[in-house]
Amino acid sequence: MERSTVDYAELRGSGPVSIEKDYQRFRQIVKGKIRGDLRKFLTRGELLGKEGKHLISIPVRGVDLPHFRFGDNNDGGVGTGEAGVGDNVDGQGDGKGAGGTNPGAHIMEVEVSLDELADILAEELQLPRIEPRGKHVITSKKERYSGLRQSGPESLRHFKRTFKHALRRQIMSGTYNPDSPRIVPIRRDRRYRSWKTVLKPQSNAVLLYMMDVSGSMGDEQKELVRLEAFWIDAWLRRNYEGIDSRYIVHDVRAQEVDRDTFYRLREDGGTKISSAFKLAKHLLDQHYQPDEWNIYLFHFSDGDNSSETDSRECCRILREQLLPQINMFGYCQVASAYGSGNFINVIHEHLDDCDNVITSRVNNKDDIYDSLKTFFTKGK
Amino acid sequence: MAESAELKLSAELTDYARKIAGVARAAGLDFFETRFEVVDYDTMCQIAAYGGFPQRYPHWRFGMEYEKLRKQHVYGLGRIYEMVINNDPCYAYLLSDNEMTDQKLVMAHVYAHCDFFKNNIWFSKTNRRMMDEFANHATRVRRHIDREGFEPVEKFVDVCVSIENLIDPHSAFMRRESLERPAATATGRRIHAEQQVVRYQTKPYLERWVNPPERLKEERQKLIDRGRGEHHSIPPQPMRDVLLFLLKYAPLEDWEADILSIVREESYYYAPQGQTKIMNEGWATFWHSRLMTRHLLKDDELITYCDHHAGTLATSPGNLNPYKMGVEIFRDIEERWNKGQFGKEFDECPSIEERRRRDTKAMLGMEKVFEVRRVYNDVTFIDEFLTADLADRLKLYHYRYDPATRRMVVVDRDFEKIKAQLLFALTNHGQPYIYIADGNYRNRGELYMAHRHTGADLDIRFAVETLKNVQAVWRRPVHLQAQINDEMVLFSFDGQQSQQQKIHADLPKPAHKV
Repeated sequence: MERSTVDYAELRGSGPVSIEKDYQRFRQIVKGKIRGDLRKFLTRGELLGKEGKHLISIPVRGVDLPHFRFGDNNDGGVGTGEAGVGDNVDGQGDGKGAGGTNPGAHIMEVEVSLDELADILAEELQLPRIEPRGKHVITSKKERYSGLRQSGPESLRHFKRTFKHALRRQIMSGTYNPDSPRIVPIRRDRRYRSWKTVLKPQSNAVLLYMMDVSGSMGDEQKELVRLEAFWIDAWLRRNYEGIDSRYIVHDVRAQEVDRDTFYRLREDGGTKISSAFKLAKHLLDQHYQPDEWNIYLFHFSDGDNSSETDSRECCRILREQLLPQINMFGYCQVASAYGSGNFINVIHEHLDDCDNVITSRVNNKDDIYDSLKTFFTKGK
Repeated sequence: MAESAELKLSAELTDYARKIAGVARAAGLDFFETRFEVVDYDTMCQIAAYGGFPQRYPHWRFGMEYEKLRKQHVYGLGRIYEMVINNDPCYAYLLSDNEMTDQKLVMAHVYAHCDFFKNNIWFSKTNRRMMDEFANHATRVRRHIDREGFEPVEKFVDVCVSIENLIDPHSAFMRRESLERPAATATGRRIHAEQQVVRYQTKPYLERWVNPPERLKEERQKLIDRGRGEHHSIPPQPMRDVLLFLLKYAPLEDWEADILSIVREESYYYAPQGQTKIMNEGWATFWHSRLMTRHLLKDDELITYCDHHAGTLATSPGNLNPYKMGVEIFRDIEERWNKGQFGKEFDECPSIEERRRRDTKAMLGMEKVFEVRRVYNDVTFIDEFLTADLADRLKLYHYRYDPATRRMVVVDRDFEKIKAQLLFALTNHGQPYIYIADGNYRNRGELYMAHRHTGADLDIRFAVETLKNVQAVWRRPVHLQAQINDEMVLFSFDGQQSQQQKIHADLPKPAHKV
């Protein structure tokens, strides 16, 4: 899928040097199209840095060729600032001091908007095939102001650009007087905003996230789930309008929660996965008819169910009630310190023949990307 | 270079360039002819990605660097105001959307850099026609690509770049023992001994008395005898210039050797810039502020100037600003030598107050800073001129990773500790010392390298991967001895499998101990 974020070639003047080929080669390496041997040196860092209101910072990807270098076991570094002994100085929190002598790796964080983020993802992932259902059309037209043109309605006149062109013309023609800087735009100075019509696929789709919040899911596991769910969300929302998200958490009982709670809640206790599936079924029956909605189910767990019986019960519910009416069931199992992590095997065993079941394992943050790829490369 | 896209230097800029060069010369700076070119930010990012040169051989890492710089620029995280190249003539690139005040500041800055390139001793061995050399390198690599195909060449460049830091930056300044060794035959040893015997230069008729034949014979015999019992190892001594060793002894194709030599040459060219980062930037900042405030600023430019000057000196998280550090030390040197705050008498003065107030009106500051810029590099610079007072004024602290909170925390403000830490980070450009200890390990043509432990362990993951690249050049199995968690470990790679084992007494020893 060729949808590059920004077409740098277009933005660039034709300079005396052209790095274009090297740049394209690097992009290809990052996309994994060539030089698979370099993939293991891709710096990925954490997929999600800080999440501001509209901006998230993500690391710029790079390839870090190995050098002989020191590990991180050396004796720190030197910084400057007002910080007192014991203060944090790594830029997290409110450490007052700043600075250090350690050269950074190739990881740089940039802030990008959610849209750009999804574009970055688009380089490697495929959209799920959301089908037209119900009375809703699959695409909607949207207008976006994207450029300038020389004619247009006065209401769309771009004052600054018009002024600039007039100024430029007057300076060039020598009629500009700095002592009495009067700028009179003429017809050909005027600039108007122009727009582009963008087609956006639109459909009724609902994403149902289910998470295991039992005692065995620690903070680390939650963080992994949070990241994964965040990226799924960001990816799909960017590409489809009108997506509903519902969140279910469960230990032995399941309950529906809002987004915020979904990410923060920490419960204790045992695990009964079937409870979540039952609730999901209930929710779908009440609000989302399969002939009107594309339904995507994601379940996150450490795979540590209370009993085999319940695991089998889950598979039964899935096979008989859920799978027939949904587009995809994605099961993501995070590694846990104590969990047996058996649920994924049970799924494999019982539901191997269902092609709308996709499973993935996430052991650490580096796996998230691959996991996303498993979920989204099949175009379900 | 194609002339088309460069914006011609405007008349105004040309005027300023001439004027600034004039005041800089008058102030004592001595630089190569400097050619300014104005480029847009995108070209600037490209040139910067190419390490300052418009012509480099094709390699994806330049594209990576370019993307990084460009994103930094676009997202407002960093901005390259100028680039200046150590070359004669000096080339400097100015960013086209700089304001005129910036351009003046930058030009003053650039002239000081040029002065530093020309006069600092660590740059004295660099090739001053590097602009042409880099272009030649590009042509040579392209030719190899035409013959060998893109991917094999690219992969080999990757391999070379991975070990590019294994050079010996000091070798340019001293004669290391030559790699040549006496041939193993008796005649070979005799010829070698003949060359090694000390002979004093003299007139022919004095020869017999100045270099008595009996003494020569005796010495020759001594050398031959010594040579006989000796195990002739390659290299004769542990060797830091791993790249040179590989060039000489690894079974490389011609094109591979050529690429390795290109990478090595470029590595040596950049080495002094790594060795003098703080000084170089400090020097340039010292001079731009001096020239701007004393000669060049117009009233209406003051605010912009201050704003941008402060910007360059700002300390940001994660980095010790070399501009700030450098300029503060240079200013401190100037002040101390102007006031006579140096020497035995000053050092031994017990009263802090007296030391602070001391002013002998020595006025040696300017002379001293010029001397410092001539003979020091970052390590000696910090070692000699970072005083406790200055560290205090700069609010330096020592931080360390705290495993409990998983964060970097301030440990203390102990001057000795800070200084040691800084020097450690600067020594060998913060990189480990790797030596070739044996080029014929176990008499099986295996390569034995060793890390000299200087307080920090190697990154194991990276070491293992890098070792594979060394093997890709050497072809026979390679080994790396390193101290990890107080234990000596031997990492090996034989082309198929990586292996690591603790070094125990039974293991064959390499020719040299490091």
